[in-house]
Amino acid sequence: MATPLKRPVRWHIAVFLAPAVLVYTAVMIYPLFNTLRLSFFTEIDQERVWVGFQNFKTLFGDELWSKQFWNALANNGWFFFIHMLVQNPIGVALAAILSSPKLRFSAFYRSAIFVPTILSFVIVGFAWKLILSPIWGIAPELLDSIGLKFLYQPWLGKEEYALTTLSLVSVWQYVGIPMMLIYAALLSIPDEILEAGECDGVTGFSAFWKIKLPLILPSIGIISILTFVANFNAFDLIYAAQGALAGPDFSTDILGTFMYRTFFGFQLQLGDPHMGSAIASAMFGIILIGVCIYLFGIQRRMRNYQF
Amino acid sequence: MSNVRRMTGTTIAAHSILIIYTIIAMFPVFVILINSFKSRKYIFREPLALPSSDSFSLIGYETVLKQGDFFLYFQNSMIVTVVSLTLILTFGAMAAFALAEYRFKGNTLMGLYLALGIMIPIRIGTVAILEMMVATELVNTLTALILVYTAQGLPLAVFILSEFMRGVSDDLKNAGRIDGLSEYKIFFRLVVPIVRPAMATVAVFNMIPIWNDLWFPLILAPSEAVKTLTLGSQVFIGQYVTNWNAVLSALSMAILPVMILYIIFSRQLIRGITSGAVK
Repeated sequence: MATPLKRPVRWHIAVFLAPAVLVYTAVMIYPLFNTLRLSFFTEIDQERVWVGFQNFKTLFGDELWSKQFWNALANNGWFFFIHMLVQNPIGVALAAILSSPKLRFSAFYRSAIFVPTILSFVIVGFAWKLILSPIWGIAPELLDSIGLKFLYQPWLGKEEYALTTLSLVSVWQYVGIPMMLIYAALLSIPDEILEAGECDGVTGFSAFWKIKLPLILPSIGIISILTFVANFNAFDLIYAAQGALAGPDFSTDILGTFMYRTFFGFQLQLGDPHMGSAIASAMFGIILIGVCIYLFGIQRRMRNYQF
Repeated sequence: MSNVRRMTGTTIAAHSILIIYTIIAMFPVFVILINSFKSRKYIFREPLALPSSDSFSLIGYETVLKQGDFFLYFQNSMIVTVVSLTLILTFGAMAAFALAEYRFKGNTLMGLYLALGIMIPIRIGTVAILEMMVATELVNTLTALILVYTAQGLPLAVFILSEFMRGVSDDLKNAGRIDGLSEYKIFFRLVVPIVRPAMATVAVFNMIPIWNDLWFPLILAPSEAVKTLTLGSQVFIGQYVTNWNAVLSALSMAILPVMILYIIFSRQLIRGITSGAVK
């Protein structure tokens, strides 16, 4: 491009950037920092007062609050753990099968397995609630037909099973995403590499373990961090299936529902935006730590192969 | 068939695994749909049977249509989704073009700033967003939702679209410049048509989360007139918990529009995910 000696101000750049930057800054970045700021205030006699770290002291120090917070965090951790343990391996396995070159109907399978992902949590939550419900009896009936009726429990109603059950429901819903991303990554592996492996006698399962899996590791890393972020601000499924109280006895309470209850209040407790902000800030910290671990700890170490 | 395929053991195994998983994925949807067309007695007596002339009943749908304003909810969801997508695509493509096309001071920094939102969920800022919407009297309007979803969708849109725009040939744009087209015309007439497939991908990616969101409608727009379909069905089902016909019908009605959109766009979605990774 020929550059004149003194370049005129290129207004069009500003015009192109302005709408996106304005909306993004005003509705996303500014409220984000404002929320962090609000967590240092409280309301006394309808006036906003600066209290420093008091809200955080209450959140972590006050027994009533800290018990709820650690409970929600631990539940959230378990929620994430189940996703990593179940969702991603199933996703990778399905993608590996789907990507085998001569498979018929693969487009059909792909679309069908992706269906739960497009449904809202409200639909998914209620649908599973009905299916697992002891009143309707679909789950016990199905277990009965394979002779396993003794295994049936009202899973969503029992403290010890409810969280795991909901995590599995969420896995069921979202398995399509790792499947698609891994599938795409597998397709992008050039044939020459696989053919080279074939010449050396590496085929089938060992080709998957020794050639394909190392090549798709970056995609698995991306999926893990996406899962992490999504899980630590999850809310909808628990709210739709168990309500804001995340029953039974808070056993399915995660950070999202905890923040919602604190912010809006429930039953006799009044809503408190400042404590809500404090919880949001804690969530922000957790997500930030996770993203940093990914960016600096994991992604750096993984080699990106350019084909 | 003349060309009989040799079904080896592995192919059979692959198909059985995929069929089993397809059944697992579709089963709940299937059960909800078939039972929504049955009378209450048969929902409990034969939950897994298809509706027959004995069990067929539309009582659930009648209740839903009488009691819930599903057409209004649907319309609200439609407005929010379509307007948000339009804004995300227009603003996102413009910003992506600026970042991909021009070298200017702070380009990288601006790119990073806009990319922040890919990893940080907008929900974290909910308290302040609600406060802002109250202050600007936007609470209980569709505008509030549209603004939030636009802001939420922009980071990824800018990121994906600028990747694609870097691939648009310079010769074409320079030819346009020589012909005296302004930068705006180059963008709208030359670049946008070329990146249209990428824009479709961004649209499909954003469509589902916006349509399905429960959090922001619940917090920013819970009043009856602006309820989205997702919130509307949540509230409706919560009220009619014991009326199984109504609940099943409401669920089916909430599934229907998403399924139709999915059937229309699934090819686009899958192609989008695949081509995005290749890039």
